[in-house]
Amino acid sequence: MTAPGLLGLVRLVIARDLKLAVRHWDQVVQPLIFFVIVTTLFPLAISPALDELRKIGPGIVWVAAMLASLLALESLFRPDVEDGTMEQWTLSGQPLSIMLLAKTFTHWLLAGLPLVAISPLVGTALGLPSSVWPVLAISLALGTGSLSILGAIGAALTVAVRRGSVLLALLVLPLEMPVLIFGARAVDLAMHGESVAGPLNLLAAMLLLFVSLGPIAMAAAMRISVES
Amino acid sequence: MWLWFHKLSSPPHAYRTAGRLRPWFFWPAILLLLIGTYGGLVLAPEDYQQKDAFRILYVHVPSASMSLMVYVALAVAAAIGLIWRMKLAHAFAAACAPVGAWFTVLTLVTGSIYGKPMWGTWWEWDPRLTSELILLFLYLGYMALRASFDDTQRADRASAILAIVGVVNVPIVKYSVVWWNSLHQGPSISKLAAPSIDPSMLWPLLVMMLGFVLYFAAVMCDRIRGEILRRERNASWLSEIAVGT
Repeated sequence: MTAPGLLGLVRLVIARDLKLAVRHWDQVVQPLIFFVIVTTLFPLAISPALDELRKIGPGIVWVAAMLASLLALESLFRPDVEDGTMEQWTLSGQPLSIMLLAKTFTHWLLAGLPLVAISPLVGTALGLPSSVWPVLAISLALGTGSLSILGAIGAALTVAVRRGSVLLALLVLPLEMPVLIFGARAVDLAMHGESVAGPLNLLAAMLLLFVSLGPIAMAAAMRISVES
Repeated sequence: MWLWFHKLSSPPHAYRTAGRLRPWFFWPAILLLLIGTYGGLVLAPEDYQQKDAFRILYVHVPSASMSLMVYVALAVAAAIGLIWRMKLAHAFAAACAPVGAWFTVLTLVTGSIYGKPMWGTWWEWDPRLTSELILLFLYLGYMALRASFDDTQRADRASAILAIVGVVNVPIVKYSVVWWNSLHQGPSISKLAAPSIDPSMLWPLLVMMLGFVLYFAAVMCDRIRGEILRRERNASWLSEIAVGT
């Protein structure tokens, strides 16, 4: 059997993770349910009046998305590190950064993209007009990509730590704040009928930066976590 | 140059050097802080608009600049430690974090004390306040990650990566937070060509800033000695020193 090329490697990693996700589909759905539940809390806590909810709707959707993506990170690397797969990856001689990026991309497909898909539903429940759906979806699609990569760096750093989930939140949330600002800002501007090109471009720029530099940090962090 | 580099990275040498340097940082720092405090509180004229309340800036501005400077120093030290596997650089980074966090807290506290009479509120979601608060979170995350490893070397390397990721993020955080409407007055001393602050008010501030830097250096001498002691607690050179004195 010949060693796969770089693209073949990426395809193998993605196919494997997708297959695992299909077998454990409940774990994929849980963050999504969490996302819906968190957005339900806000009307209960603040007010059922749609006028009031509309004002803070973009913020609610974005905070809930951030928390849901954080929740999903817990299972990103841990099973593979615990059963020794990750150790084999680091020893395989293949570029670890590319493999981890592929893994993170799959994670985004399973945890980020579903949020994008149900965002119009949640947005409507919070009184956001249908005209902002596209902007909400685009901002979430770009933003959750950045969240996945920053989160993967944090997950790789904390995977060897016992009870690392609180620590993970502590490390990752401050780094993710710019994504939240631009994401919520874009939706807010769209609601007021203003141009959203600025924040969306910045979200895309951040995503590109994180895609290009993030895997290096992920791989370095993973090597530290796996050794010993 | 390389000889010096290697010599410095040997713990016993660094331990002695830090001990020898400490008074040279500490006493000038105290002197400058006293001069700066006197200059700031007594000699500097009252502001025509903000009255005496502006005087807190003699603590606020130096600690704000230190809070950022220490984070950059921490990240640079962490990168050096990661790239050249220099343990002393990791020790320096570890010793930096609590000091930097306290400078950040001091900035936030003095800022809100200043904000109460000036803006009529203790806290305002203003870009600079918010980015300073996020900086505090970064420090806390760094310290939390470091504390969660039992093995010092792994703690060193894992937290170094976090520090580097954080320092790449600091400008992004900074500029993203500037998106809000700002209450905070623009920077008044970075414009060196035409400072918008009167020289009689400026000089105590510069003295205070230098004093803060020297004070940080003195504290770091102590903290790095403590860090070396903790890391080398089983080394033979330490028992020689302990027996010698």
